[in-house]
Amino acid sequence: MAEASQDEDTSGPEWWASEDFWRKCAIFVTAGMAFVLVVLTYHTHTVILAGAESGRVPAYSVINHRIGYAFDDDRNMMVPVIGPLAPLFGEELSEDEARALVDHGKLTVQARNCMNCHTLLGNGAYYAPDLTKAWLDPGWGNEEAREFLMTLFLKDPVANARTYGTNRRMPNPELTDEEVRGVIAYLKWMSAIDTNGFPSGFTVLPQGSLSRGTES
Amino acid sequence: MTAGRVNYASLSAGQQLAVKYFVVAMALFLAQMLFGLLAAWQFLDPEFLFGIVDFNVNRMVHINAMVVWLLYGFIGSIFWLVEDEAGVPLVGLKLANITFWVLTVAVAIVVVVYLVVQSGPGDKWTLWFINEGREYIEAPRWADIGIVLCMAAIFYNVAGTFVRGKWSGIAGVLVLDLIALAGLYFAGMFYTTNLPLDQYWWWWVIHLWVEATWEVMVGCIMAWGLMKTLATPRRIVTTWLYIEVALMFGSGILGLGHHYFWIGTPEYWLGVGGFFSALEPIPLVAMVVHAVYDAGRHSFRSNNHPALAWLIAHAFGNFLGAGVWGFMQTLPQINLYTHGTQWSSSHGHLAFFGAYVTIIVAFIYIAIQKLRGDVWMSAGLRGGWRWKWSLALLHVGMVGMTIALLIAGYEQSFVERAVGGSTWAAYFDGQTQPWFVEAMWWRMGFGVLMTAGLVILLVDLLRIGAGETRSSKSLAR
Repeated sequence: MAEASQDEDTSGPEWWASEDFWRKCAIFVTAGMAFVLVVLTYHTHTVILAGAESGRVPAYSVINHRIGYAFDDDRNMMVPVIGPLAPLFGEELSEDEARALVDHGKLTVQARNCMNCHTLLGNGAYYAPDLTKAWLDPGWGNEEAREFLMTLFLKDPVANARTYGTNRRMPNPELTDEEVRGVIAYLKWMSAIDTNGFPSGFTVLPQGSLSRGTES
Repeated sequence: MTAGRVNYASLSAGQQLAVKYFVVAMALFLAQMLFGLLAAWQFLDPEFLFGIVDFNVNRMVHINAMVVWLLYGFIGSIFWLVEDEAGVPLVGLKLANITFWVLTVAVAIVVVVYLVVQSGPGDKWTLWFINEGREYIEAPRWADIGIVLCMAAIFYNVAGTFVRGKWSGIAGVLVLDLIALAGLYFAGMFYTTNLPLDQYWWWWVIHLWVEATWEVMVGCIMAWGLMKTLATPRRIVTTWLYIEVALMFGSGILGLGHHYFWIGTPEYWLGVGGFFSALEPIPLVAMVVHAVYDAGRHSFRSNNHPALAWLIAHAFGNFLGAGVWGFMQTLPQINLYTHGTQWSSSHGHLAFFGAYVTIIVAFIYIAIQKLRGDVWMSAGLRGGWRWKWSLALLHVGMVGMTIALLIAGYEQSFVERAVGGSTWAAYFDGQTQPWFVEAMWWRMGFGVLMTAGLVILLVDLLRIGAGETRSSKSLAR
């Protein structure tokens, strides 16, 4: 009985152990944090629009340019570098055309469920390599061979398997020519996103100068 | 009422509905495990089912079955307790039953399409009718809309029942949490070309479900469960629930930032996400304190041993899996190397199991006891070896798997990320190291052990209490 009277103490607990105090805490903390999140979300939104001034997420027409990834001393991390004109498949596109092509690529990547083997910006499954910097991967040999090899691989990844000794082949997603072009455009655009230095220490395949020289 | 006999008719309408949800939940749990085994085996033998049911399909079914069965477990638990808590019958029983069938048929169609159709052309049609291609929320858009409508119907039933009956602290938190949970799902229901924007909102659903609203829902269920299994006073569990909400949302809402380190979002997320997500284990420590204190306070005098064991497993599992395993890689300096490796997989497995599987299993044991006419489920239970062995096998299997994946993750972070610089060659270099390959074998073995545990658990859920004639132990003091 002594036990029961302790639990059902009629004088009530101290204020700091009372239901009322903690209910108010729960409400104010939740509301406060939600408010901060909404403010940060609004700000982040303006910063990560494609082609926004911050440059974090490039305009889709960035696929007209050579893209690099190099260490930046000021930010103390690796950042994408947008180089001179080097149009994808040798064809310079307007922003709208580039957006349509990248969009087709992204839809294809979602429709073929790529993310349940690969990671995109590090998110997804861990059965196949990350695609964040796939466009810049040294596995394509060099700049001249890249578009040809990527196309060949995506058209028939079973016959042109790149398994690096694991026997893990990519199943054939049976992409159309337009889907292949879209996926490559999407990957090129993705490689130009400023990801705060992820992945770290990455080696870019051999390619031409990133200096934009006299071009302005 | 006869102890030991299944007596479906003795349950309230809401509890009968809950039983249906629990049955589907357990069937999907088994499916989750089987597809997990297939995917795990493909790591060891990539030719296995190649071109027929590829890794991405197995893995998608594995994680989707999990999300859906945990939701079924939560919904079942809520329907089980809502009438008891509100003191009145469900306001819309017919609607609730229709909702159950609509939701279940929709889930079945989605899974069949995943397995048979698998993927489609790169256009919006595929996203609407086959597969949205976004991890965890792959369900096509038509199903998204169906899910939202079903959640609205469930919400109407839960909130309406409390409105008609009486409110309580648990009721208030539960209803507000359901609004947040259903509302957040909308954040994942749009398409954009902009990948960083896509992933920004995608995490609103995944993180704010799993690391915020689901945790709070579990807090509500745990609070009610502790009152039932240990007769903990309502004032204590309600106060604890508020403390948990304050700590959980206080750390978890901005803890969302730890997913915004590397997806193109501004640098301030490194600080915001690192700081707040480092605080996320605090409420989980509080839950351990709460559970251990209550169990000790009542000298482990419980009327339901399996449920109490799983509740304690929940407290520790949540703390270790979500808290410790999450904390290990939550600081950006470390996460730069562990993000997107088997390290995440290790954390994901233990966290989902420790935080959610355990509490739902505990709750199902509470339900089974009632279904069997308030049968004896304390010491000396007939066939009591089954719940103990299933508990042991499931935990040994899960912990073993987690450690195997953690070793693989360490190796991958080191070889692929730190040394190799994350190129494709470095990735495969990491995947072929003996440490990695051996870890995958260990993971497979422990997965088989877990599956054995699950089979015993399912048998036990069907059989526990059968042949017992003693009535449940009284907790009256």
